[in-house]
Amino acid sequence: MSRVLMRGNEAIAEAAIRSGLKCYFCYPITPQGELVEYMARELPKRGGVFLQAESEVAAINMVYGAAAAGVRAMTSSSSPGISLKQEGISYIAMARLPCVIVNMMRGGPGLGNIAPAQGDYFQATKGGGHGDYHLIVLAPSTVPEAAELVRLAFELSDRYRVPAMILADGMIGQMMEPVELPEPVEPEDIPERPWAVTGAKGRPKNVITSFDLEPEGLKEMSLALQETYREIERNEVRWEEVETEDAELLIVAYGTMGRIAKTVVRLARQEGIKVGLLRPITLWPFPYEPVRELAERVRTVLTVELSAGQMWEDVRLAVEGRAETPFYGELGGVVPSPKRILEEVRKYVG
Amino acid sequence: MSVEAAIPEGYVKVFSKPKALSDAKYTYCPGCHHGIITRLVAEAIDELGILERTVGISPVGCAVFLDRFFNCDFVQAAHGRACAVATGIKRARPDLVVFTYQGDGDLAAIGAAETVHAANRGENITVIFVNNGVYGMTGGEMAPTTLPGQRTTTTPLGREPRLHGYPLKISEMLAQLEGPAYITRQAVFDYRHIVRAKQAILKAFRNQLEGKGFSLVEILSTCPTNWRMTPVEAGRWVAEHVVKVYPLGDLKDVG
Repeated sequence: MSRVLMRGNEAIAEAAIRSGLKCYFCYPITPQGELVEYMARELPKRGGVFLQAESEVAAINMVYGAAAAGVRAMTSSSSPGISLKQEGISYIAMARLPCVIVNMMRGGPGLGNIAPAQGDYFQATKGGGHGDYHLIVLAPSTVPEAAELVRLAFELSDRYRVPAMILADGMIGQMMEPVELPEPVEPEDIPERPWAVTGAKGRPKNVITSFDLEPEGLKEMSLALQETYREIERNEVRWEEVETEDAELLIVAYGTMGRIAKTVVRLARQEGIKVGLLRPITLWPFPYEPVRELAERVRTVLTVELSAGQMWEDVRLAVEGRAETPFYGELGGVVPSPKRILEEVRKYVG
Repeated sequence: MSVEAAIPEGYVKVFSKPKALSDAKYTYCPGCHHGIITRLVAEAIDELGILERTVGISPVGCAVFLDRFFNCDFVQAAHGRACAVATGIKRARPDLVVFTYQGDGDLAAIGAAETVHAANRGENITVIFVNNGVYGMTGGEMAPTTLPGQRTTTTPLGREPRLHGYPLKISEMLAQLEGPAYITRQAVFDYRHIVRAKQAILKAFRNQLEGKGFSLVEILSTCPTNWRMTPVEAGRWVAEHVVKVYPLGDLKDVG
């Protein structure tokens, strides 16, 4: 492990290259410009393909092609660009192709702004494009965690043949922190892809498709996909808990807000307020069970997001009336201070 | 794969299905030129001996079932995105021979950007562009290539260029770019033209094998079903009317 000071966007790019990334396709957008530029500089030198596409739509379809050809492929963008990619992501999901998509979220809807926001939670975790599908969604709250989750994203995506998304924002993307970069993977560590289109030599032809005109056939494809999702829900839920043992109020927050909420827990404890934090690391699959178990022991489950209340819906589904479930959110790229959130916490304790 | 029947004594086999084609039945309407064009592509793959390293990309439209007809690896692309998907495959594995097979709605309307930019990058791929002037699969709506005055289900009074735009000559547009190696327009309404179209398809694949870059063969095709014509009438319509708007021949050839 080598420890270096890196910007989030660059750490994600370097971690991807060290994870055996072969093809990266992109379209420029802030606040993930450094990721694109790092790839342009580094990936070709290290045997990979960097290509700036004519649009986000083309970039995701290039990922579709490269992933179909059996290599590790990735694209990255920010909210409006990710919206454009939804068509391709839906095809990739049904065609069962592994790949990694990075979304450095920004304020929205529309053009919004480039400040940190978490308004793409629904889009990321509930499908996003058309049809019944999910992405594996990983939400880092620090730069080192972002690098770690990039490796995990490639591994999980390969294991389940489901596309994986890194969901963060400009705060994580632009911030510099010491990072322990993952060791480069050896080619033999990347799983075989017997289904890939590599030329039908000595085997029957392989076909990559998301399509079956016969309802029964399409139902079968869909059920297989759903079975994989159930397996992922059983095996891959990840979260972090901070001071939850004796907590009377539980904060649920992820990514940038999860990081700020850790400070809130510390400040609250200094005042003798028993606050704990559950930080989902996988947004899909969402940690319903851990939230539910903690909801049995606390009086309040406070969801804090940089949105109008998106993850809040999943929290309420998990809690199901076991505790009160207030919400505090900020919009437009405004990032609340720990003290502001602490004010919110005080409303529900004592 | 097909099972070859024994040839009785005294008979000579003069015609057979290309090895690149499977036994699956075509889903094209009777009399449609897609059948001829699909076969020409298969013959070219046979003659060049590249079946085991070829990957085809099927579009959305009448050729959406193309993967069933061929014995090579296939990827089904979203509407219009075939050239972007082909780019991804070819860049990932340059040793593969990659071709797309797209209609005019797919390539020249919704996929115009992907087509233009793949051509402009000189992607080393082969594009078969089947132009029949309508959206065949969805019921005969106006395409960007529909002739002025031509009646379609979305231009019931005929295409009025000042309202609906002019026929989009995308091959002429692509021929202006520095990226492409070979842009040609062919037809298959009679034997003479079928032979020429076949030579163009062979050349477009050979260019890729020689690393020359983006090669596109536009083939004027018929849609008897949506044109409300018999196959014979439809072929004659191409020969007499369509070629006047879309003249045949090479538009660009770097040699």
